[in-house]
Amino acid sequence: MIDPMGSEHRDVAKQRIYPKIWMFCVCMLTWVVFSGLFDPFHLSLGVISSLIVTWAGTDILFPDDQSKPPSVAFSLGFVPYLAWLLYKIILANLHVFRLALAPDVKHRIEPSIIKFKTNLKSDFAKFILANSITLTPGTVTIRIEDNEFVVHAIDSVAAEGLQSEMELRVAKLFGEVP
Amino acid sequence: MIHGIAMGCIALGIVFFFGATVGLLRFPDFYSRVHAAGKGDTLSSMLMLFGLGVLVLEDGHAADILVFIKIMMICVFVFLTSPTTTHALTDAGYAAGVKPWDRGEHE
Repeated sequence: MIDPMGSEHRDVAKQRIYPKIWMFCVCMLTWVVFSGLFDPFHLSLGVISSLIVTWAGTDILFPDDQSKPPSVAFSLGFVPYLAWLLYKIILANLHVFRLALAPDVKHRIEPSIIKFKTNLKSDFAKFILANSITLTPGTVTIRIEDNEFVVHAIDSVAAEGLQSEMELRVAKLFGEVP
Repeated sequence: MIHGIAMGCIALGIVFFFGATVGLLRFPDFYSRVHAAGKGDTLSSMLMLFGLGVLVLEDGHAADILVFIKIMMICVFVFLTSPTTTHALTDAGYAAGVKPWDRGEHE
């Protein structure tokens, strides 16, 4: 007699165990890096602590069956994005630096508040977009209301180049259609 | 050589911090001051931390790699928290109804 529910139960169980293993590995790795001691006593303390954190914390980080730990391919996708973001951060700092030391600072800046809608679905994608906007030249994300971003731009040049490229990049990162 | 790179990074970090501080003092209103503080902090702290990390590696002991990783993790946290605090500040200002500075009103 084959139980029709059996295989499904096993699949669900497998899905629930994978985040736990991932969580334990992350905790243990962090422990090893921060303790720097490799004797059995300290390592076993690390295993016990990691197990407690995994037991208590996995359901907070991954509340349902849909939320999974990031895949390797997804994590690797972040590398070129971070490199591009770092380049933008350097530009942003040069921008602030030039503005701050300009003798006519009050004539160069023209602050405005801009609202625009995004097509990004997941909260994490929106969070990445918001932080990226804040780190790039001349713009700061003030708040996100559902899918509307409220952004403060320091001059009209920053206000123009705001949405297009960055949203495309974040959408590509998360495999969403912009 | 390594010493030079480390010192260069730390010096550059100080220069950007100086720029951010001048901006913080000279910009006309709340939002643009947060701009200066939020952006200037991120790069300059990361540059200085990276410089310190490289300086630690200079001796070439294996144990120093752990210290380097720890310093790099501070970089990651600065990278995450700096935009978040900037956002929290501007959002509080926006909720309180602070209007952005307008050149027309001051001329």
